[in-house]
Amino acid sequence: MGSTAGPLGHTRRLVTGAVALLAAASLVTACGSGEDDSGGGGGKGGAVDATGTDDGAKLTMWTRAATRPQSEALVKAYNASHKNEIELTVIPTDDYQAKVGAAAGSKDLPDLFASDVVFVPNYTSSGLFADITGRVDALPFADKLAQSHIKAGTYEDKKYVVPHTLDLSVLFYNKELYKQAKLDPEKPPTSLSEWDQQARAVDALGKGVNGTFFGGNCGGCGVFTWWPSIWAAGDEVLNKEGTEAELSSDTAKKVYDTYRGWVDDDIVAPGARDETGTTWTGVFPKGKVGVMPMPSTTLGLMPKDLDLGVAPIPGPDGGKSTFVGGDAIGISATSKSADQAWNFLAWSLGDKAQVDVVAANKDVVARTDLASNKYSDADPRLVTINELVTDGHTPYALKFGQTFNDPNGPWLTLMRNAVFGDGSKIDKDNEAVSASLSD
Amino acid sequence: MQVKAADRTAPTHRSPPEHRTRPRRTPTRRWTSRKAQGLAYAAPTAVFVTVFFLLPLLLVGQMSLSDWPLLAGDRGVNAPENYTDAADSTLFWPAVRFTLLYTVIVTVVLLVLALLLALLVQEFRPGAGFFRTVYFLPSALGLASASLLFWGLYSPTTGPLSSILEGLGLVDDPVSFLGTSTSALLSTVFLIVWKFAGFYMLILLVGLQRIPHEVYEAARMDGASRGQIFRSITLPLLRPSLALCLLLCVTGSLLAFDQFFILTKGGPDNTTVTVVQLIYREAFQRLDLGTAAALSIMVLAVLLLLNVLQFRGLRRADES
Repeated sequence: MGSTAGPLGHTRRLVTGAVALLAAASLVTACGSGEDDSGGGGGKGGAVDATGTDDGAKLTMWTRAATRPQSEALVKAYNASHKNEIELTVIPTDDYQAKVGAAAGSKDLPDLFASDVVFVPNYTSSGLFADITGRVDALPFADKLAQSHIKAGTYEDKKYVVPHTLDLSVLFYNKELYKQAKLDPEKPPTSLSEWDQQARAVDALGKGVNGTFFGGNCGGCGVFTWWPSIWAAGDEVLNKEGTEAELSSDTAKKVYDTYRGWVDDDIVAPGARDETGTTWTGVFPKGKVGVMPMPSTTLGLMPKDLDLGVAPIPGPDGGKSTFVGGDAIGISATSKSADQAWNFLAWSLGDKAQVDVVAANKDVVARTDLASNKYSDADPRLVTINELVTDGHTPYALKFGQTFNDPNGPWLTLMRNAVFGDGSKIDKDNEAVSASLSD
Repeated sequence: MQVKAADRTAPTHRSPPEHRTRPRRTPTRRWTSRKAQGLAYAAPTAVFVTVFFLLPLLLVGQMSLSDWPLLAGDRGVNAPENYTDAADSTLFWPAVRFTLLYTVIVTVVLLVLALLLALLVQEFRPGAGFFRTVYFLPSALGLASASLLFWGLYSPTTGPLSSILEGLGLVDDPVSFLGTSTSALLSTVFLIVWKFAGFYMLILLVGLQRIPHEVYEAARMDGASRGQIFRSITLPLLRPSLALCLLLCVTGSLLAFDQFFILTKGGPDNTTVTVVQLIYREAFQRLDLGTAAALSIMVLAVLLLLNVLQFRGLRRADES
């Protein structure tokens, strides 16, 4: 078919063809592959009502997959005992920020949404949550709520979220392996050097048994399990504003040195170098690892026949701390059912929900006054975990995700250079972390 | 031109029957009606492309010139900073280099293998249909699902591959398939080749079957060897199909994302970050849609240029 359009016809057809092809490629990838008006919500801090409204309203709620069991248990119990009904949507953890961002842009947020507590400052500063200061303060146990979550959700002196699920980093140790290694199963490590000795003693058993394990290609795992050792020594990891890193301190370097020693001497279970966080909690339950930091939310998921003990994460020379992670939850700024949404939040923090739902599932309660309850009393490990909340930290930084959770961010580079490298780049890498925080 | 077209379609030997009362269409009216019909046929596609490609493209263009945080919407003009910031990122040039390297490796390996497979199963002989199906089957799987499957296979802690190699005594320690930049790249290439070789084989098979049998017979009668026949007949006549495969493969590889996002997350140590991963990172990790859109526009420009060049090559091949 000859051209009749002259010399320009060729080019025009070529460009048109290319655009059409790109259009197709945009739809099918082949071989390689607002300032939010606080419209509704609980504005003005919400009516000073500690219980909210239960009138049969239909509410929507989002949570991330990482805390699905806890959210589902709470929602199920609430729906069974209230007229209001919550429809829970679980979103893949990695897609959560994108989903919230897109929904915020189109004013399509649900009535309630939980968030990884480290991302909360981003959402509060962007106006995605309703101000619930008055409602929170009206709770009779307001001062007993996990303050690290409350602080993370406080922006310009206003409160926007309450604790939803708490996930603490703690040491799990295999008592059976401790006995085999001639260690006292009732004496977990109280310092990083003891942890080192005990891990090496267990590792010496051989036959596929390893001393410890960690997620060496997972920035989130690093902050969750390494930072408590720095806090335990009384040091900080970030400045108060969250714009500068202090991850090259002497204490921090001692922590990295210990982990590097484990890597160099093959004390760590195979796969640590590649572990992106997807399967890092699946190694300990196999019963072949001596002692390692784990999320407290996995305690209830451990095999029944695994004899394990729980201990706080220690610092180089003693002390104890934990990363108070998990999810905080708030009412979206655009919700038209703020009173009903608050009814769920207030109920979820009450004695009955905290004890009969949260504690019953071996999870950490969100209130310090309930740390000892009928379920934890039956399992001293839960008391150990619950009591750690007051020693714990939740770091505050607006740029937390892009700096520490991003698999291509500067913190993971620091981590890997410090532990799999020779540790000579820590100071330089710390500057890169600070640059990202103040970006 | 209109008149010519009308003339072609105008009746020349029939006079209208006398009882006919409806006026006969003039050539111009008929042309207008054909034009309207053509437009009606094209309209659904035009609407689809406008809504799902052109409008989003315009929005991306606007974003690329704006300060547009994911959580707060447009905050005014931010040009050309979005473009310069994107290029200034420490990951930008390594990502460009890696994407190009990946594209070259995947394209060469895939096309060679697909051609070999197509040649293997082109003749109708016992078992040919079975093997065509077997080679094509992986293409029916979604890329994300295939990536997850291989991630499971490669995992040193939960995957079977490492254990099998240890069991066979081929290695002493668990194998880290994704642990170094080279092994991560090659492991990903293996996945892509496994998944797409059958798809490209099918395209080339159609091309092979379009070559007239008489041409081969004439060549054999002239005493041409198999190699000569392949070089002088098969390859030249297969050029349009090969060009199509090349176009699809290069475009797809330059847009690689899913497999790296699932298998390596850009690691180890940022050595397998692709350009599209950078776009995703800017948008959903750094929450900066402006810079992400600027990167997208850059990628679009490069793809447009490449496709124009490839189309031109394809046309030349057709004309020759």
